[in-house]
Amino acid sequence: MKRRDFVGLTGLATGALWLPSIPGFGGSLVDPARLLEPGLDVAMKKRLADVALNTAKSAGASYADVRIGRYLNQGVFTREKQVQNIVSSESFGAGVRVIANGTWGFASTNTVTEAGIAKAAQLAVQIAKANSKVQKEQVKLAPQKGFGEVSWKAPIQRNAFEVPIKDKVDLLLAANAAAMDNGASFVNSVLFQVNEQKYFASTDGSYIDQDIHRIFPTFGVTVVDRASGKFRSRQALSAPMGLGYEYLTPKSEDKIAGPQGSDVVGYRNSYDMLEDAARAAKQAKLKLTAKSVTAGKYDLVLDPHHLGLTIHESVGHPLELDRVLGYEANYAGTSFATLEWKAKNLPYGSKQVNIMADKLQKGSLGAVGWDDEGVKTKEWMLIDQGKLIDYEKIRDQAHIVGQQESDGCCYSQSWQDVQFQRMPNISLKPGTQKMSVDDMVKGVEKGIYIAGNGSFSIDQQRYNSQFGGQVFYAIEKGKITEMLEDVAYQTNTLEFWNSCAGSCDASDYRLAGFFNDGKGQPSQSSAVSHGSSTTRFNAVNVINTARKI
Amino acid sequence: MAILSKDEAQAILKKVLGFSKADECQASLNGRTTGNVRYARNSVSTAGATDNVSLAVEARFGKRAGIATANEFDDATLRRCVQRAEEIARLAPEDPEYMPLLGPQQYLTPTAYAASTAAITPDFRAQAAGDSIALCTAKNLTAAGYLEDGTYFQALRNNKGLEAYQQSTNVDFSITVRTPDGTGSGYATADYTDAAKFSAKNLTQIAADKAAGSRNAKALEPGKYTVILEPAALASDEGLLNNLMYSLGAREADEGRSFLSKKGGGNRKGEKLFDERVSIYSDPLNAEVPSGVFDGEGLPVKRMAWIEKGKVSNLYTSRYWAQKTGQQPTAFPGNWIMEGGTQSVQDLIKSTAKGILVTRLWYIRDVDPQTLLYTGLTRDGTFYIENGQIKFPVKNFRFNESPVIMLNNLEAIGRPVRIGGNLVPPLKIRDFTFTSLSDAV
Repeated sequence: MKRRDFVGLTGLATGALWLPSIPGFGGSLVDPARLLEPGLDVAMKKRLADVALNTAKSAGASYADVRIGRYLNQGVFTREKQVQNIVSSESFGAGVRVIANGTWGFASTNTVTEAGIAKAAQLAVQIAKANSKVQKEQVKLAPQKGFGEVSWKAPIQRNAFEVPIKDKVDLLLAANAAAMDNGASFVNSVLFQVNEQKYFASTDGSYIDQDIHRIFPTFGVTVVDRASGKFRSRQALSAPMGLGYEYLTPKSEDKIAGPQGSDVVGYRNSYDMLEDAARAAKQAKLKLTAKSVTAGKYDLVLDPHHLGLTIHESVGHPLELDRVLGYEANYAGTSFATLEWKAKNLPYGSKQVNIMADKLQKGSLGAVGWDDEGVKTKEWMLIDQGKLIDYEKIRDQAHIVGQQESDGCCYSQSWQDVQFQRMPNISLKPGTQKMSVDDMVKGVEKGIYIAGNGSFSIDQQRYNSQFGGQVFYAIEKGKITEMLEDVAYQTNTLEFWNSCAGSCDASDYRLAGFFNDGKGQPSQSSAVSHGSSTTRFNAVNVINTARKI
Repeated sequence: MAILSKDEAQAILKKVLGFSKADECQASLNGRTTGNVRYARNSVSTAGATDNVSLAVEARFGKRAGIATANEFDDATLRRCVQRAEEIARLAPEDPEYMPLLGPQQYLTPTAYAASTAAITPDFRAQAAGDSIALCTAKNLTAAGYLEDGTYFQALRNNKGLEAYQQSTNVDFSITVRTPDGTGSGYATADYTDAAKFSAKNLTQIAADKAAGSRNAKALEPGKYTVILEPAALASDEGLLNNLMYSLGAREADEGRSFLSKKGGGNRKGEKLFDERVSIYSDPLNAEVPSGVFDGEGLPVKRMAWIEKGKVSNLYTSRYWAQKTGQQPTAFPGNWIMEGGTQSVQDLIKSTAKGILVTRLWYIRDVDPQTLLYTGLTRDGTFYIENGQIKFPVKNFRFNESPVIMLNNLEAIGRPVRIGGNLVPPLKIRDFTFTSLSDAV
């Protein structure tokens, strides 16, 4: 079995695990105090970057960029009353990407000295020249002005690495206790924290220093009924965020209640882990005896934590231009939303569907000042009143769709991997009419309210998908009546978005997010957020997932 | 050079242990030299290489443990690495699941290394990509593929007398061929210890034939069908059989949160849960799928049966859980082997009155851990079989199925082939549950 199989067997949800196998946890294990030590001075980074750029140009590159990156990670892992693991890691090095003979070449090194970086730059040019022999399409970059020496810092209030580990352990163990006190049989909780210190320079004349932070508190609660042999779980309703430790100080204005009768609370820019853990245990227990759903057509009312995953899979991925063009055909797949399909002007969704892409939303996982090829980040519309108007692009793709600029979607998970096109934040705009979740439920005759994201699967062209959730409630004649179980909906992307009957207003808007979205060969991980308000979809096909073995 | 010999590696580890003042100290060296080439749209898109060796030192004082790593091996760095591990250990909380380090162990002689693979050059990879692309270009088809090869070593040593060393090699290739109009798609994948067995051309030919043959697929109604699942459909892309093997943990079963948990408490080890023709075991010395002879902790990996004639014969049991429950610990296996027969996929097709041939299953995710229910979709070559022959390509389906149910609805088992380091036979299954159609090609 491969390493990932080991993770599968030991399981984040159920037992001990070996940390370096978690995406983003490469690098060397370090003392937590190391995470607060400063990295290389900016002037030094500029000097090293210039060595890379000059070496590449002398070796024959027509374009070069270099990323000097320091990636810091910490994970705190607990179950019930015990700490399972605390891991702090650091990865530091430089990656040089060049175009020579119209072909990309890339090489990286963890010897961050003038000699080490120059060697990587030379190797990158060599690789580009070697690959140019089998290259059929010359790389064409959208023009990009240089920004000079600039910087960007994530708008965090408290660096999570400044918080003593004891405080983090105390918080997780308190959340575990809250779950156990409320009937949990088992609980695993985790706090992931990431700081990317990235320096980018290119032959366009940019020298960009960025400091990016991400945090993700999460847990899984399981309740076992030994007598019946049944068990049910409920995962946290937190979102991974581009925030500091302040995300873990709950604020009442960030708590957003689900519809009356549902006992669901969602979270916006801060998270109450203890409250959610207690509620998760109660809900997991109720799930053991909840009514098994009757398969059929239902109007679905989907909360933002749940809907974020559906947006991710059925809008975010199909509109990645590299997939559309066939570059991911062997692994992640292609897309139904080809250039030819777009030209037909068929509706992607109903008029209520307005979906934007951005790398700007405060607190989102995608927010940065510039992407990993020196493009200033922005916001743009992908779907306007149901009509597909644009894709997600980087510099070498813009010309293919007749555009002059990149969207700033280029990202690499570390200095040692080559940057490529990744998903920006993709968000469904809230409704413009005033509407609360209760208002929305009132209008539903026969439906299901789903909160939290669960099981998910979609085909390689992003037509057919199946989604579960964390908690499900029946809606009858405008009212939540009871909890349901064994619910999943199966749908076709276009049918689903065309059945969209509208969203709640901006007061219900919040971000869901994914810490480890995988793509590419060898696979790379990226983090992305998806905003939405609770939204209604009419007459969706719901299946019952209960089986006997 | 990332691949250290046994003597080189043990000399470094010996020195590391000499610097340690901890109660217990274990040091490991892991090295890899890998290379890859990726192509799409009949053109190479990226190529890369890595060369890395790293040292991990685990120091323990009582039940407190700390780990530090390094990737340089001069005396000063080694000494600092040991000190850092010891500092982290002193600050760490006591581990309630502490197990003492293992003493000296007897290992089998590993056979998972092939010189032909270790000798792969960038030119070899470019040639493989070039062969694959040329075949597709000539047939007006579009190739997207990925080749990755690697040579690996692992060395362990501790102050209780344990000493271990092993090397391995691997070549992993996958290819998706599509028709230019996007109406047909085919797939093939294979992996080897010995690169001499690898032919990009042969595998591309299989994918190309499936692509050309899957044009203009017809829609069949979703429902329960007899299916022939090719080995890649069972074990690539985190397949149904991999997922079954992941789920054989003793602790989860004993805790009541596994399909192997018993009503009222305990686990279902020893119960017959599958068709009696189902036998799955691990064997590090299997000639087709050789694997490591020790696991990360240094436990010897030996032949071990997991499912015998449909009965669950062993569960994966960590040293801690074994001690707590009075069981024997199981080393973490490096492969699994499902016993099969002699029939090829062609033979299985010939004996099928009505059924569906599935090349690949994709985006497989768990739906209900209670019943091990998974969902996912067919992909890259799905065909209708009638009277022993492939009649026409069919549109892709979504399935919702449990490997437990699947291995009870067994019609026939074919000849196993290597997929992802495991030996996997094609299976003919009745009443496999397709729940909806997909327009994806």
